[in-house]
Amino acid sequence: MLSKRIIPCLDVKDGRTVKGTRFLDLKDAGDPVELGAMYAREGADELVFLDISATHEKRKTMCSLVTRVAEKINIPFTVGGGIASVEDVAALLEAGADKISINTAAVRTPGLLTELAFRFGSQCIVQAIDAKYEDGKWMVFLEGGRVAAGIEAIAWAKQAVDLGAGEILLTTMDRDGTKEGFALDITRQVSEAVNVSVIASGGAGSQEHFAEVLTEGCADAALAASVFHFGELSINELKNYLKQQNILVR
Amino acid sequence: MKTVIIKYGSGNTRSVDFALRRLGVSGSVSDDPEEIRAADKVIFPGVGEASSAMKYLLERKLDTLIKELKQPVLGICLGMQLLCECSEEGNTECLGIFKQKVKKFNGGMKVPQIGWNNISNLKGKLFKGLSENEFMYFVHGYFAEQSKATVALTEYGPRYSSALQNDNFYGVQFHPEKSGTAGEMVLKNFLEL
Repeated sequence: MLSKRIIPCLDVKDGRTVKGTRFLDLKDAGDPVELGAMYAREGADELVFLDISATHEKRKTMCSLVTRVAEKINIPFTVGGGIASVEDVAALLEAGADKISINTAAVRTPGLLTELAFRFGSQCIVQAIDAKYEDGKWMVFLEGGRVAAGIEAIAWAKQAVDLGAGEILLTTMDRDGTKEGFALDITRQVSEAVNVSVIASGGAGSQEHFAEVLTEGCADAALAASVFHFGELSINELKNYLKQQNILVR
Repeated sequence: MKTVIIKYGSGNTRSVDFALRRLGVSGSVSDDPEEIRAADKVIFPGVGEASSAMKYLLERKLDTLIKELKQPVLGICLGMQLLCECSEEGNTECLGIFKQKVKKFNGGMKVPQIGWNNISNLKGKLFKGLSENEFMYFVHGYFAEQSKATVALTEYGPRYSSALQNDNFYGVQFHPEKSGTAGEMVLKNFLEL
């Protein structure tokens, strides 16, 4: 049976991990490769590297980082952040990324998802959706949450899959960083609306939150950053807990 | 020992190459018939679509070359599917080393299957030292049916062949190069055949 996945997310700027971490046993907690390798050893099922570099020049740093990750780490990883064209995707996949996640550009450029799926296959195209609850509806936000797209999250998720996305990474912005738990209702609605796997993100604070979103929330995978970085939860312990709850994990 | 990874435009050749290097083996990535024939071990990887991959192989006459190989050959993911009789993906005639068909998942499961799933009913040297129900990483929308060549089973809707073997030909539907230490063990077992 297919297991549920636990995915740590690492924010990377100019080739370095930016959110602080508590891993004093690492020689260099700022090195994404070293941190990623540690998560892989702890039992992470996948990794996401989110590039938050501001300039195009700095993005080249990301490609060389991707190659270093691919050389060292023996589990799959996704790269996201500012990807806007077929060329960006080609460069990252060529560098060794297993999947890429795209967000704003897929909304702004009609046809981009379809072209990416045709060129590289849906299996490596993840549509990231940042959603916020407004006036009784879950709405899509772009550019790191700054700009309202004016479309509903569920409708966009369906459309993105029709256009060629092979997976959905759903972040509920209202929950992000709050540690109040994942938004179960929208996660379940998106998961039931599309026939591809859905990764839930935003709000993870405890083991129970992961169990909830993987059962009630119908998520196929759960992503988190700070709870792992600050050592509040170890992936090993989390997976043992999920096993006790009869949730299938590796 | 010389290991060659066949280059054919449908590839995660780089990931496989990196995985070999982590095992201390330097493989080369090549589409040169002489180099492939001379190798001790041949790896036939693949991520992509069946009909365009077969077209590429036919254009470069790599189809006949692969069928004639006598050394151990390991097909990975699409590589394994291309070693089967035919695929529903693009209605493609494949290489026919394994006699089964490759079919599309249908029946309400999410497609493609993405993630870690168990392998069971393990047979043969490829799985030496691995335990039943070991988790491996899968990414695929089509699956190979069961046959006499089946050496591992996985369940996603139907129970299907997650590994195949016929003489010197081996195939795995999962990605050993991305399946942590368990996957590395499968690669190591193949290299030690």
